[in-house]
Amino acid sequence: MNPLVAFRVSYRALRRNKVRSILTTLGIIIGVAAVITMVSLTQGAKKIIEEQLTSLGGNSLIINSGSRSRSGVGNSIGKKNTLSPDDAEAIRKLSTITHVSPILDTTEQVVWGNRDWFTALVGVSPDFVFINGWFPERGSFFHNEDVKNAELACVLGKTVASKLFGYQNPLGKTIRIGNISFKVIGVMSSIGQTPSGKDQDDIVLIPYTTLQKRILGVNHVDNISVSVRTSKDIPFAEAQITQLLRERHRIRPNMEDDFYVKTQLNIIERIFTISKIMTILLGSIASISLIVGGIGIMNIMLVSVTERTREIGIRMAVGAKERDILIQFLIEAVVLSLTGGLIGIVLGIVGSKISSFFTHWPTLVSFGSILLAFSFAAIVGIFFGLYPASKASKLDPIEALRYE
Amino acid sequence: MEDIIVVENLHKVYKMGDVDVHALRGITLTIKKGEFISVMGPSGSGKSTFMNILGCLDKPTSGRYLLEGNDISSLDKDELANIRNKKIGFVFQNFNLLSRSTAIENVELPLIYNGISSDKRSKHAKEALFMLGLDGREKHYPTQLSGGEQQRVAIARAIINKPSIILADEPTGNLDSNTSIELMEIFKRLNKDGKTIIMITHETDIAAYAERVVMFRDGKVMKEELRSKEKLHEPVSRV
Repeated sequence: MNPLVAFRVSYRALRRNKVRSILTTLGIIIGVAAVITMVSLTQGAKKIIEEQLTSLGGNSLIINSGSRSRSGVGNSIGKKNTLSPDDAEAIRKLSTITHVSPILDTTEQVVWGNRDWFTALVGVSPDFVFINGWFPERGSFFHNEDVKNAELACVLGKTVASKLFGYQNPLGKTIRIGNISFKVIGVMSSIGQTPSGKDQDDIVLIPYTTLQKRILGVNHVDNISVSVRTSKDIPFAEAQITQLLRERHRIRPNMEDDFYVKTQLNIIERIFTISKIMTILLGSIASISLIVGGIGIMNIMLVSVTERTREIGIRMAVGAKERDILIQFLIEAVVLSLTGGLIGIVLGIVGSKISSFFTHWPTLVSFGSILLAFSFAAIVGIFFGLYPASKASKLDPIEALRYE
Repeated sequence: MEDIIVVENLHKVYKMGDVDVHALRGITLTIKKGEFISVMGPSGSGKSTFMNILGCLDKPTSGRYLLEGNDISSLDKDELANIRNKKIGFVFQNFNLLSRSTAIENVELPLIYNGISSDKRSKHAKEALFMLGLDGREKHYPTQLSGGEQQRVAIARAIINKPSIILADEPTGNLDSNTSIELMEIFKRLNKDGKTIIMITHETDIAAYAERVVMFRDGKVMKEELRSKEKLHEPVSRV
């Protein structure tokens, strides 16, 4: 019997029990729709996490002076100041790099009127705000001109602003840092504490040139912060930077680096692993409903085989081989599950749009998840159809003909 | 005429739990091509088992069954299915039509398993139904047909693959006497066209249509009666 004929025979048999066929398919419909909705929701969640990571500096890396070998990163004994603003300018020309900021930091007393506060004083370039996705809440940040001229302008962190000014507006006021007067041109938005509990808003930002020349009297920079387009570029950027700096610092091949590159790749990778686990977890919970649907198909197919015992007997008497009967019932099961699969895909897409509407997450219905759900439905159909079909094909024709 | 069916010392033993049931206890019979044979006997005499074996639905426990010279016992299930499809046509007491298929779909059934293309199938089936006086009834479902019509659909199905043998198991059992006579005329016509017909029946006047009557009792052939052409239609003597 050729497959097309078998398909038509199966289709006709299913149409005769319309309501039953639809109810049977429902299990698969729900299963497939659930898989697609769940996977698209977690994909959407992953995308949100990715975006937030990027805005929080997940696509940035930091170059420190010193070597990370033997004495260890944290050991600053004998650490040389090997990084210069020129290194930063050279890095800016690399293909993967989007923003570069030299960084120097110290701690200083800041004073306004009768109030004073001891805080971190950090010298940066305007790129700093883009690298960290951290922007002024009021006023503005300083410009490249200010860096070039080593202007006496400062931007306050939220904590410093409230310690010095309370509820007053700090913009345009003049504060004293060390012995020098600075004009407050902006206040940063609040970004809160680091995981280790350090207040990141307890900071004053000034042009790094100002810090170098007017306060510290040095020519080096402590480290260089850079950002790349996406976190995927980080490994390549790291390699590029390492090669460039080794050349610039004339480090011979067998010598160690006099700098080290720190990335947040570990954290990013861990977060991606977590979201992958979530996808698998939710996907497999949804898959369970697919399996339940498959059992429903098996159940109905078994009922159908019993009901149609005499039909099977007649078919065998007129020359149907075991294989013909097997294929007929198998195709019925597969038609059921694939029809359910198709309807489930449509419902799944609709479902993920609806949940996207309510959760305000972007949901991503990927071709992969559709293919996965659909082929899973087909496999479920074959797997759970096989037992009833083989039961049908193994019937004894004489018994089957006698069946009432 | 050549021998179409030869059975030698056929035995069939069923296991019913711990008990062995001997349905056939050594049947030896030769049927020639183009013969019309009635098989009679009380229930439990083994005639149905015999028919199942002749129809390749069952295999004998021991003994030989030669169909057109080929030993059936050496064939596997698929080959037996093939023989049922091409060489044998079944007619049952309860018609055994697919109740949810139309007359023409029922007649087409053996053609499907013979790998005939769909347009040829409906053409052949239409011709067969026409031959049996059922033109115009192609799209009717079995429930919309009378008993006689249903049995004629079943006969159309039995002959659609042009088999040489027709096995009929009490074909008139569910029909009234007038319809039975009509049906037997059809069998006679098929026999005339060269089909070998083997028919189980209880009714002596139906058995009387055959040229030879074989009496079964306790799984054995008890008696054979060869009837001359003149004596046909006269009732067979009761066992």
